[in-house]
Amino acid sequence: MSVDSTTLLAILGMAAVTYFTRLAGLALAGRLSLSPRAQAAFDAIPPAVLVAVIAPSALATGWQETAATLVAAVAATRLPLLGVVAVGVLAVVGFRAL
Amino acid sequence: MSNAILDDLKLGLQDIWPAALAAAPIGLLFGALAASKGLQPAEVFLMSLLVFAGGAQFAAIEMWATPAPVLALVFSTLLINSRHILMGASIAPKLAGFSRVQTALGLYYMADENWALAEARARTRKLTPAYWLGMTVPFVCNWMLTSTLGSLIGAAFGDPRRIGADFAFTALFIALVASLWRGRVTFWTVAAAGLASALTYRFIGPPWHVAAGALCGLAAAWLAAGREMPAALAEETVP
Repeated sequence: MSVDSTTLLAILGMAAVTYFTRLAGLALAGRLSLSPRAQAAFDAIPPAVLVAVIAPSALATGWQETAATLVAAVAATRLPLLGVVAVGVLAVVGFRAL
Repeated sequence: MSNAILDDLKLGLQDIWPAALAAAPIGLLFGALAASKGLQPAEVFLMSLLVFAGGAQFAAIEMWATPAPVLALVFSTLLINSRHILMGASIAPKLAGFSRVQTALGLYYMADENWALAEARARTRKLTPAYWLGMTVPFVCNWMLTSTLGSLIGAAFGDPRRIGADFAFTALFIALVASLWRGRVTFWTVAAAGLASALTYRFIGPPWHVAAGALCGLAAAWLAAGREMPAALAEETVP
């Protein structure tokens, strides 16, 4: 088991900027305008961020992934978290096998 | 330990375990990819322990070289994780029951999954440090263990695409979005964020798609909400 010093430096740098991003929101929170529209945009942060992270895999990889995304989205209206994951994974395996 | 604290620890564990289970193959995959780029298991362990950010870690492995391109790695990590700034701003008012130390420690390990579950919990009940701890500790341990294990197993793991493990992350996030659904405004948010992110990814490239998608999603919510009643209030009356 060994840790290269340049690798360690990279890891520490990545950790530092990541922690910065996690703390920075605290400073922002009190200073936002709360007009109805601003409030709606603020409430939309959670889904907007989550969707932005997965969109390349869901929409820009292949038709199999896009089809499995639709299946998972329908499953999400009925099933709990783990059920959605199971259905999504099975769907992508199935579509890729076609 | 009081009953309320114990109950919240349990509730946290109860809420996070499906997400942890879904993240396990992602951790194995990450470790295996890292090993294929020459990272040692100890280095994978350290990265998962200290950085703890799946998306940024995958991007880092994609651009990894020997010696490590430190500045490029740090910059890419900053861009991908800039979404945490919005996430932190959104969760901050709900951390009223946290001391300063609890906030500082708790936010160190704020990832998409435990943050989304915390947001969902805050909609119905007060978010407590015990609930956060009950969710976060198992989730972090799971990520450290599975990624390190993946780097040890390495190539023997085979192609994770074969069993669809690479899609678990996407399906997990779809379920998390569904748990946050609030009707019409959410629909336009999701549509705009998804399209903008996918197009940015295609034509400009990572890591810009995350920031572009998130900002377009917020703009869509702003437009869809209109000037009438606060959308949040209007829709919260509908169960």
